[in-house]
Amino acid sequence: MTARGQEAAALALHRFGFGPAGGQIAAIAADPRGALLADLNRPSAGELAVDLPSSGASARAVSDFRAEQQAQQKLALRVKKEAEANNVTPTMSDAAASPASPPQKPPNQPPPLPQQLLLDEAKARFDAATTADIGFVERLVWFWSNHFCISADKIMGMAGPYEREAIRPHVQGGFADLLQAVESHPAMLFYLDNVESMGADSIAGINRDKGLNENLARETLELHTLGVRSGYTQADVTSFANVLTGWTWINPDQPDRGGEFLFNKRLHEPGDQIVLGKSYPDTGMDQGRGVLGDLARHPATAQHIAQKLAQHFVADEPPPTLVAKLAKTFKDSDGDLKEVAKTLITADESWSPQRQKLKPPSEWIAGVVRITGAQNAIPIGRIVNAQAALGEPLWRPPAPNGYPDTEAAWIDGVPHRIDIANEFAGRARVIDPLALLDSGLGPLASPDTRQTVARAETRNQALALLVMTPEFLRR
Amino acid sequence: MRLHAPSRRELLLASGTLFAWAHLPKLAYAEGRDPRFLAIILRGALDGLATVAPVGDPDWLALRGDNALAFGGKVEPLKLDDFFALNPAMPNLHRMFQANEAIVVHACATPYRERSHFDGQDLLESGLPKPGPSDSGWLNRALAGLAPGGRVDPKGGKVFAVGPVTPLVVRGPAPVLSWSPQKIMPATDDTVARLLDLYRHSDVKLASVLEDNSKLAAIEQSGDMAQSMTQKPGGPKPGQVRAYFSDAAGNAAKFLAQPDGPRVGALALDGWDTHVNEGIATGRLSQLLGALDDALGAVQSNMGPAWKDTVVALATEFGRTAHINGTEGTDHGTATVALLVGGALKGGRVIADWPGLKSANLYENRDLKPTTDLRAVLKGVLKDHLRADDRVLAQNVFPGSADVKPMAGLVV
Repeated sequence: MTARGQEAAALALHRFGFGPAGGQIAAIAADPRGALLADLNRPSAGELAVDLPSSGASARAVSDFRAEQQAQQKLALRVKKEAEANNVTPTMSDAAASPASPPQKPPNQPPPLPQQLLLDEAKARFDAATTADIGFVERLVWFWSNHFCISADKIMGMAGPYEREAIRPHVQGGFADLLQAVESHPAMLFYLDNVESMGADSIAGINRDKGLNENLARETLELHTLGVRSGYTQADVTSFANVLTGWTWINPDQPDRGGEFLFNKRLHEPGDQIVLGKSYPDTGMDQGRGVLGDLARHPATAQHIAQKLAQHFVADEPPPTLVAKLAKTFKDSDGDLKEVAKTLITADESWSPQRQKLKPPSEWIAGVVRITGAQNAIPIGRIVNAQAALGEPLWRPPAPNGYPDTEAAWIDGVPHRIDIANEFAGRARVIDPLALLDSGLGPLASPDTRQTVARAETRNQALALLVMTPEFLRR
Repeated sequence: MRLHAPSRRELLLASGTLFAWAHLPKLAYAEGRDPRFLAIILRGALDGLATVAPVGDPDWLALRGDNALAFGGKVEPLKLDDFFALNPAMPNLHRMFQANEAIVVHACATPYRERSHFDGQDLLESGLPKPGPSDSGWLNRALAGLAPGGRVDPKGGKVFAVGPVTPLVVRGPAPVLSWSPQKIMPATDDTVARLLDLYRHSDVKLASVLEDNSKLAAIEQSGDMAQSMTQKPGGPKPGQVRAYFSDAAGNAAKFLAQPDGPRVGALALDGWDTHVNEGIATGRLSQLLGALDDALGAVQSNMGPAWKDTVVALATEFGRTAHINGTEGTDHGTATVALLVGGALKGGRVIADWPGLKSANLYENRDLKPTTDLRAVLKGVLKDHLRADDRVLAQNVFPGSADVKPMAGLVV
């Protein structure tokens, strides 16, 4: 195998995967592009081999948990009031100790159910990234999950299930199917307030004197499909919001199908709607399906998605020729995302030896865990905390446009990574730091980097330095 | 506050301390003693001459100039005897020395004569005469050797180690459980400095971010240096290192002090690789020694009444150059100090077959020459304190060390 093959292999693993683990550079050096294609072609690619509750079940469980907590608090208050009524006045110290200061949580208590559900989901996701051979498809999952983000701050019970149900099944399918799955998922409908929206002239709108919420319609146009300033107007947003009325959920406090999708005709604005110059007759839910289908096939969507993909994988300012190639495949294949992914890894522009991307924190953390082999030594709680400490808390982006994808957003946080590197390296059992350097960076490592790692004070420091080298931070 | 005896389960939940349940120091028990032993590995190569200075050596001042600890110098060292003085950052150690509870062994080294950290640390912890891979450390094998039948007494001696990764010194046939301090050891200034150096050579943007960040941290630190515990990245506060050292060593002592707790343990404290701006009197090394001194104080107070049965051994992989280098630091060297503290010691002594500091007396004209084998010191403690067997010590614990006799008379 050639040095050139080794370099391309190292580049492939860092740029398109989660970084090397073990002897992967050597393993794929004969044909790095072929290895990425093979990753796409794995039969179970994108699936999680874990048994976790559906978004409906998860939302109901969280709802039950909160209801029980509320009942317990009310019960405690009732007992206190009864005691007072019976003239058993609590002493000063009792009073001071009770409702104002909640009892100290005993140590080592398992986290409350909503947090535990989130941790289980986080672990399944993170394990998939750290145990994958290459992880190209997992990187696509992370990309699409961020593109179509929701926030666990708003809907904690559904963050993980949403990704499994709406994103994963479609990352190699048609973009139109992905879009339909995302925009009709109860997590998205709740996150972008569509469950609040109703047509002003719908049955419910008239009876309740309420109306439209444009949030989902606007973000679908601006963020999910066409892109900002791509020619749609306020009238398009309003019409599309009317189209989407009735796309809602069953409230999670309903024990039967709570948390599941519902098309509620009573909320749906009656009549035809004109979106982007095309009239959509009122066919109920199919009216929305029709608009989404056309948005998925709109040339502006192809351009928007191509730009974001190229920016994510290749460069903050990607080569226009690469963007054009991706957009062309997107259009020619009717949004076949597997074909688009193939174009990404076969285009020469994607293999530029310049490593122009700074890995975002969570991707870098996964890379650190892979190279240290410390998958079992670092509890998922520490991973989640580390992501949060570095400004990219899992499934908690500050706004619907997701986490930024440029160096400018992350570079100031690099010094924060040193402490994480130090901690995680401290948990790994490092036998030979230079061997790790070879397996982690291969020919990418500069002589300066090699010397820095070789001269470390301890093996663990060598590992911490290794994952903080420019070659490991950038891809 | 009374500390309850930690159960195995609690230790695991505590987040990973490392516990090896080994074998009972039977012979010591038979004598009515209940010995405790803690090994502290100082990784990075401690400058022994900056820790315990040979102020009585006529060549000392010429050797280190401004960086020499000396009476009437920049800072006043703490007198140990007519020849040696202690770095003033270590008042607890000085107090223990005066109470005959501390021994300094100087010009001491492992059998390793090269200068690689990784190999040197391996050899220090494995107890093997030559560098090379090893699955076990001398302390684990010493404990395993105390009860040849291999029977584990649930109330008996247990090895125990601190740190997220079991130090090699306690790995081996005796089973090990893990625990780690709640505090996380922050990345050291040294790690930040190494990265900054690398970034300056290879990535201007990263260098500038790290520089800005260090400046911020410095501004913040100019307040109360020792107390500041804020989590500013790009190098820890001295207070964070102090807190970590004390937390790690202090917790080890709490466990060892329990009537039915473990009896033997180990932990590693890193950061001693002082190539640049060593700071012997007031800077980095001074702060590290201060942190170590705090940790020793925490061990003593947390041991409580068990302090009288305690020996703590501190050792590093090798020493540093006798001369100061061109960047106000010292490079990898050979002989250094080993420190023993604890109420079970016959202390108040500096043990040294002093080789002298004239050029001709230095090892390879650059390092303090080793005159005492560290294994002799450790074997002496293991033999007289834990009652390890001579033959086991020579064959299993420190293989091939039959010629290195255990140093006698270290413990009471």
